[in-house]
Parts: sequence; structure tokens; C-alpha cells
Amino acid sequence: MSATLSTTPTTDSATSHGSAPGKPLLQVDDLKKHFPLRGGLLGGVTGQVYAVDGVSFEIAKGETLSLVGESGCGKSTVGKAVLRLFDITSGQVVLDGRRIDTLPQSSLRPMRRRVQVVFQDPFSSLNPRMRVKDILAEPIRNFGLAKNSADLDRRLAELMDTVRLPRDAVTRWPHEFSGGQRQRIGIARALAAEPDLIICDEAVSALDVSVKAQIVNLLQDLQRELGLALLFISHDLAIVEHMTHRVAVMYLGKIVEVAPRRSLFAAPKHPYTQALLSAVPVPQPGAARQRIILKGDVPSPISPPSGCRFHTRCPYVFDRCRVEEPLLKPPEPGFHAHTAACHLHDLPADQNPLAGEASPLH
Amino acid sequence: MSSSTGAEAPLLDVRNLQTHFRTPDGVNRAVDGLSFHVNAGETVAIVGESGCGKSVTSMSILRLIPEPPGKIAGEILFQGKDLLKLSDKEMRAIRGNDVSMIFQEPMTSLNPVLTVGRQIGETLRLHQGLSGAQAEAKSIEMLKLVGIPAPERRVREYPHQLSGGMRQRVMIAMALACNPKLLIADEPTTALDVTIQAQILDLMRDLKHRVGAAIVLITHDLGVVAEVAERVIVMYAGRKVEEAPVRELFSDPKHPYTQGLLGAVPKLGSSLTGEETRLAEIPGLVPSLKTRIDGCVFAGRCPKVTDLCRAVAPALEPKAPRHTAACHYAEKELMAA
Amino acid sequence: MSTSTIQPGTLHRPLTAGDVAAAAPLPDILPPVRARRGLIGFLRRNPTIAIGGGLMLLIIAVAILAPLLWTVDPTALAPARRTREPSAMYWFGTDMLGRDVYSRVLYGARVSLIVGFAVAFFSSVIGLTIGLVSGFVRWADAIVMRVMDGIMSIPSILLAIALMALTRGSVGNVILAITIAEVPRVSRLVRGVVLSLREQPYVDAAVASGTTTPRIILRHILPNTLAPLTVQATYICASAMIAESILSFIGAGTPPIIPSWGNIMAEGRALWQVKPYIVFFPAVFLSLTVLAVNLLGDGLRDWLDPRMAKKV
Repeated sequence: MSATLSTTPTTDSATSHGSAPGKPLLQVDDLKKHFPLRGGLLGGVTGQVYAVDGVSFEIAKGETLSLVGESGCGKSTVGKAVLRLFDITSGQVVLDGRRIDTLPQSSLRPMRRRVQVVFQDPFSSLNPRMRVKDILAEPIRNFGLAKNSADLDRRLAELMDTVRLPRDAVTRWPHEFSGGQRQRIGIARALAAEPDLIICDEAVSALDVSVKAQIVNLLQDLQRELGLALLFISHDLAIVEHMTHRVAVMYLGKIVEVAPRRSLFAAPKHPYTQALLSAVPVPQPGAARQRIILKGDVPSPISPPSGCRFHTRCPYVFDRCRVEEPLLKPPEPGFHAHTAACHLHDLPADQNPLAGEASPLH
Repeated sequence: MSSSTGAEAPLLDVRNLQTHFRTPDGVNRAVDGLSFHVNAGETVAIVGESGCGKSVTSMSILRLIPEPPGKIAGEILFQGKDLLKLSDKEMRAIRGNDVSMIFQEPMTSLNPVLTVGRQIGETLRLHQGLSGAQAEAKSIEMLKLVGIPAPERRVREYPHQLSGGMRQRVMIAMALACNPKLLIADEPTTALDVTIQAQILDLMRDLKHRVGAAIVLITHDLGVVAEVAERVIVMYAGRKVEEAPVRELFSDPKHPYTQGLLGAVPKLGSSLTGEETRLAEIPGLVPSLKTRIDGCVFAGRCPKVTDLCRAVAPALEPKAPRHTAACHYAEKELMAA
Repeated sequence: MSTSTIQPGTLHRPLTAGDVAAAAPLPDILPPVRARRGLIGFLRRNPTIAIGGGLMLLIIAVAILAPLLWTVDPTALAPARRTREPSAMYWFGTDMLGRDVYSRVLYGARVSLIVGFAVAFFSSVIGLTIGLVSGFVRWADAIVMRVMDGIMSIPSILLAIALMALTRGSVGNVILAITIAEVPRVSRLVRGVVLSLREQPYVDAAVASGTTTPRIILRHILPNTLAPLTVQATYICASAMIAESILSFIGAGTPPIIPSWGNIMAEGRALWQVKPYIVFFPAVFLSLTVLAVNLLGDGLRDWLDPRMAKKV
């Protein structure tokens, strides 16, 4: 059944956005961010952490793209690079046709308004010494969105309504709220700037199950009502599958697979994606699944392996993987391309373990 | 299996456990009247959200609760002996020997200035009186058991030289070194990445068959519960609200909180089966444990709440064979004889 | 409505308390805690602040109200009544020039407190500024911190003695000398706090919402450095009082004409073996004051430290 779904991706809800081909809202081209390692007596540069090493993707208006991967794969660094919290090493970040990675600080501000962020930790993402109204008013004032103080108050009340918190709670301090409520305040702060894109950096990962469901539903509603695009950075594949239109899987600083949701979960084309899917514990006792247990740990991003970065753990590794780096073919226009950076797909189908229905979820 | 315990007596029998803490703004009733048992060789999961008392329960069993500000009441019978009545010295002889524990954060639970071998060896020397050389040999054997490559080399390394998954393996090796009868695992895989989590869960399943220790698994992750546990205890606000064999709990949850929890988790593969629905929300917040709750602890968030629930706290009642729930309105099935 | 969920065939009316099994009520195993609000509650929860603060207030009151507390002119010489033992007339005795030690000790509290508070204040303000700059300006950081390391490599009391040697003895110069010696400690603390605050997600979020760097420092960084800075200031206050006494004791501090605890002790030093009370009383007052300030600092640290607050 899902075979037909994966081969006819037009039935996937994600492609409804791709059907209007135009400029993507956000385009990231060959993004690299290397952090210098300092050490020695004089504090000289002794090496580089290849945190993000050549990542390209795009997000359409109103679309959710999820960036998944394990800790240290560079997914959060990508988010911060798009937010321009630091300068990138090389590559391009293009927002609505304008390069933002090279903009000087002075002309960056209007672009900042369009990309906002919700962080993971509901406790450290709100300044403990600011009242909720000051937290929410900060972006409104910075971007000059309110005409006068009455307009500001109206906006604050609307924001509280939007995230389903009582209006009079604006006078309270962050520590008076629970984790889930704080995350709502964080979302309200992101919405205050009236952005086009919100980066959710593990935005629901730290929350309890029942609260997580509340926030996931809220994000989904907001996206539908406001037409927001989301870059949903997460390690939780079940939530990602529930939320997203498309998925990009990262491993050690690179994207190894990009696909529309159903296509990816039905037939992952990269061995890492396949292993990830098989590793997630499913709340169904006795669910008979073939499990691929990867050997060893993720290699260090200071000295990534040659060839395919996954070859040290790949169950299907062969000689070519150790020397030649597989490339992610540039996605075709229309946002329904399913591409994976893996040499297996150059083999004849009968020798390719990932041909056809390779999803461990069947 | 062992002849020392009675035929039917459980390995661990916790009766009416209460663990309360004195805080400046009231008494926190972190665990309030919890009873459960664990049979030899069985895996029991205690599941619940943060603040439900599941970790406090595990700390209480090993008497790791600082008193004051804490206080433990009730009975914790391990092999028939009440752990709460033992002297500190007798308790030390049990900790790490008959009952051992695996913590969530492997980095902070290991001593950074001692080699892996010394840390595993220490429990062996302490509880089993092994010599240094014997302890090291046994340490290497334990590291091999938990699947650490090149154990002869690793035994001389320090915790910071190991990855997170390796450290958790070392923790497991330490916990199993003295052949414990009961292993308490408090969120053992929560801090780990999903592929590493899969390795550790696989290891725990494998070891269970080989070592035969009973496991109390404390977790918030229903997926982990489904994969590892045989029986499940659901805790909410310091109390047990439901208990059932794992399959039954997932297929036929009786308590509205359990039903809410299961509905709140998206299932992997949902986009393929077409059973995509909005996630079920449990509205509201966990009640404060510093004020006494007279009725049902879940009344404030329950979709089926009535005045009766607010007035009368429901007793844990059997709702089906081996399946109990604390809800006035949970459906009862006819019990066999 | 609720009947639909009940065991079929038994009940067709809403459940009542008689139909259901109630859980056995549980006893309380700890006595109830009476949560008090307001100042009393605060002091009960923070006994260290209560004791340290109370003692501190007492000493401040003594210093301010010294003229009303049955004192005489602390500088009045009376050679005829030299080195009297403590008595109903001279509570703490008299020194080798016949001056009343009780009056001198009470007035001496003024010098100690002024020096302590002034040093704490000035070194906090200067240290805060330097710390903020070096936490935010990368190139300045390397230079400033090496200078601070240089100053810190000299024991602060030696540095203060050296600075005093360059100037005339006065309370103002004492404050200046001790402040210079204390500034590096504060700068390092503030810089450390600033560097960790810069990594906080709320600062990233503020950057993403277009907040300019000066406003980030003012609204997000500065308010969050005040708590650790306040704690540090109390410790500096205590060590400045000791430093002042040492400087005065060795004659490099407050001019001998002004009674300060260090001066009194310096003058009584020669007679320590025979007339120990001249040294004893100022020493006790100094110790009590330093104890009070340190208790207050410890109390504040425990109260302001978020890790402690989150416990239980």
C-alpha cells in the first residue's frame, strides 16, 4: 500500500506546497561552519571542528522541513547559521532571494524579523529578570511593529491568545510558569516579530509527553493559520513524522538524505536513515521489527572519516565507500525529490539492499 | 530459581511507600502510598512524567534519600527483609551487591579520576573480597560481557576517554559485577542518541537472559517500556494509577491518564498506515504535591471527571486479570473465578 | 452519561460514594510546614542572612549612633588616666595616652564600615565595567585580562601597601589603594559570568529578534550579573575591612589621629603583654563585623544561587 504512496508522491500533503513552483523562502547552499580548535601555549589554532560541512536545502513558504540526526551531527549549528548568530565559514544563505550571510549588521535587521527561533530548554530560553510583557515587547519594539502603546498592548493580548495563555499573565515572571507554559511564551516571542520562518531547535524535546502533545498541536495549528514555514530541528523521529512535510537527515555535518515525509518513512534510501528508523523504540509491545543495530559510535567531527562519512558504521559498506565521497544529487525543482548520498544506488538493483521497500517500519 | 526465597514470595515487595520532603513552603509528598512487587528475574517498568515520583521511588528503595529533609515510611521488603529497618552498615552491604543501580547520566555517575577498572574492581573488592589482580581480571570479564571492544586496554582508561554509550556500558558492567538479584535502571538510555539507545537496550535484553537479574526500569519513554518491560506500573502525582502486563496496558489501558499518555505519543510509521490524527492533549498541569489531594489525583485533568472523583480517592482495584487501575469509572471485565 | 462507562448490567444511575471503593487515607509522615510569607518567612528560610544581616545592622547602628552611646571624645588625651583597666567608668579601659578605648572602638567602626562599603562599591562598579567590556570585546579581552593577571600576581595587601607608600595617609587613599587591589577579582568574575550568559538561549533569541548589542548588555546581561556581583561585593567588603586594619596597624593606612580599629590595635601593640584589653576589644569588633559580612554573603549566595533554589 505504501509502495503506491511512495511512488506517487503527489498524494503526499507536502507536495501541495511544491505545486506552486517559485522561489523558495529559504535556500541554503553548500553551507559550511568550521569551529577552530585552540590550544597550546600561545592559543593558536590546532585543528578544526567540521560541525557543518557542505549542507544544501531549501524551504518553501508554509512548509515544514525537518532536520534530523543525532547529537553532534551539526543540525543545531545549521539553525544558528540561518539565524546568523555567527558568521559562516563558506556557502550561502538566501532568504526570499536575498543573501543574508553577507549582509552587514545595519541592513540585517529587517531580515532578522522574518526568521525567528524557539529553543529547546524552556528554562534558559527566557530571561529570568524580564516580565513576560517585556520579553514579548522586545521584538515588537525592535522592529517598530507597534504604532503606539495601545497597539502594543493589543498585540501582546493577541499573542497571549494565540499561544493560549491568559492575557493577564503578561505581568508575571518566567519562573511563575511551568515548562510547557514557558515554551508557549517562547513561541509567542517568535510570533511577535511576524516572521515567515520559525526555526524550532528541539523545541519540544525537553517537554513531558502530555505537554509535548500540547505544544506540537499548537505549532501545527499556528503553521496552518499563519502560513508559517518551519525548520524543525529534532532527534525525535516519531514527532518529526507527525509534524513535517519533508525531512533532511544529517550525519556528521552533512545531509545524507532528503525526501518528502512518506517517501522517507516508507522507503529510506540511505543506510543511516534505515538504521535510525529501526532504532526508535515503538510503543507497541511485541511489534516484530527487523532491527539494524549500528556498531560503534559517531566518529569525531574533528577528523571525519574519508570517503562516505558513514562507512565506519555502515552494515553495507564496500570498497568504494571508503575512498569516494557519495554526493547528494541536487534536488529537482518541486520539492518532491527523494535523494540520498549513497553509492549503493549505483549498483544494480539486485545487489542494492536499499532498493524497493527497505523501511524497517513495515 | 534460587531456593533461598519462598516459592511464591516476590523478590522485592514495596508496601505503602511514602517518601516526603520538607521544603520551606510545605511538605512535598513525592511518593504517597505506592505498593508494588517485583518477582525474581522479572522486568517491571515504572513509567510517568517528570515529578510523578518514579525516580524518588528508585532512590527510596536503595535508601539514597537524604533524611532530613526527606523521610521514608512504609515497607520495602527485599527477599523478605525490610530495607527500611536495616542499619546503614547492613544497607551498604546490599547496595551495589544484591541491589545495584544504573543512572541516567553516565558521565556524572562515574568518578572522573579513577580508571574504569578500578571503579568496577572497587565494588568487587568491597563486597566479594577479591584481590587487586582478581578484581582486574573480573573487571575485564565484565567489560567483555557488556560488549566493550579491547577490554584489556579500556580497563586502564578514564571515563573521559570513553564515549557516552561506552560509559553507560561501563555503568552496566559495574552494576552487574557482583551478580545482583535486582537491578534498578533509572532512565538508563534517556541521555543517549537513538542508535546508541538501541545498542544499550539490546544489551540489556541480552544480559537479562544471561544474568537473570530482575530489573526495575524507571522511564518516561513508552517506546522503551514496550520494548523491554514485562509488567508496567503507571505513576501520576506520587501514586500508582495503573498496573498491567505490558501488552495489555498498551492494548487496553483502563485509567484515563494512561489512555491520555498513549494518545499523546505519535507512532512511528503513522504516515504510512494513514492513521494520522491530532495528538491527544492532556489539558492542564500536574497538581502541586505540597497540598493534600482528597479525591482522585488526576481529577483536575481528567476528561471524564465527576464530583465523585473530586470527593473520593479511588482505590486500586482489579479491572481484569493481573490488571489494576485507580479509577471509579474504569470498565471492569469479568474475572475468572 | 457516566453510566455508559460502567460495568454493563449493574447500574443505570450515576455512581455515588457508596458504589465505589475509596483508597485508604494516608497519614502524614512529616509534621506540616507552616509556610510564612513576608519578611519573617524569608528570614526563617534564610537563617544565615538573618543572623549576618542582624549583626551587620547592629554594627552599623553602633557606628552611626556612637555619640549617643555614652561615649566621650575619642581623641581627648588624659595623660593622668593612662592604661586604666576596664571598669564601670572606662568600660574597655584607657590607652597609653589616657583615651577611652570604648569610645575609640565605637567611633572606629565608622572608618571600617566606610572603607568596607566604599571599596565594595567602587571595585564592583569598576570591575563590572571592565568585565563587561572584556566579555564582549574580543581584542580588548586579551589585553585587559593580562593586565588583571599582572595585578593579581601581586598579593593584594602588598599592592595596597605599595600604593599607600606613594601617597599621603588618608581614608580616601586607603579606599583607593584597596579598590585597585580588588578590581581584578571582580573583573574576572564578571567576565566569566558574561561569557556564560552570552551562551544562554535567551540571548540568542534576543539577537534573533533584532536587539542591538548595547541593549543586550543592558537588559539581558547586566541584570543577570548583579546577583553574583552582590555576593562578591560582600566578600570584598569583609576583606577590605581587614586590609584597612592591616594598613593602619603597620602605620600605612588611616592617619593615627582618626580612631580606627587598626590604629587602636597598633597603639596597644607595645603593651599587649601587660594591657591586652587595648588590642582585644577592637579585634573582637573587627572579627564580629567581618563574620557578619561573610555570613550575609554566604546567605545571599545560597539564596541567589539558582541551583539551590531548584532543589526539591
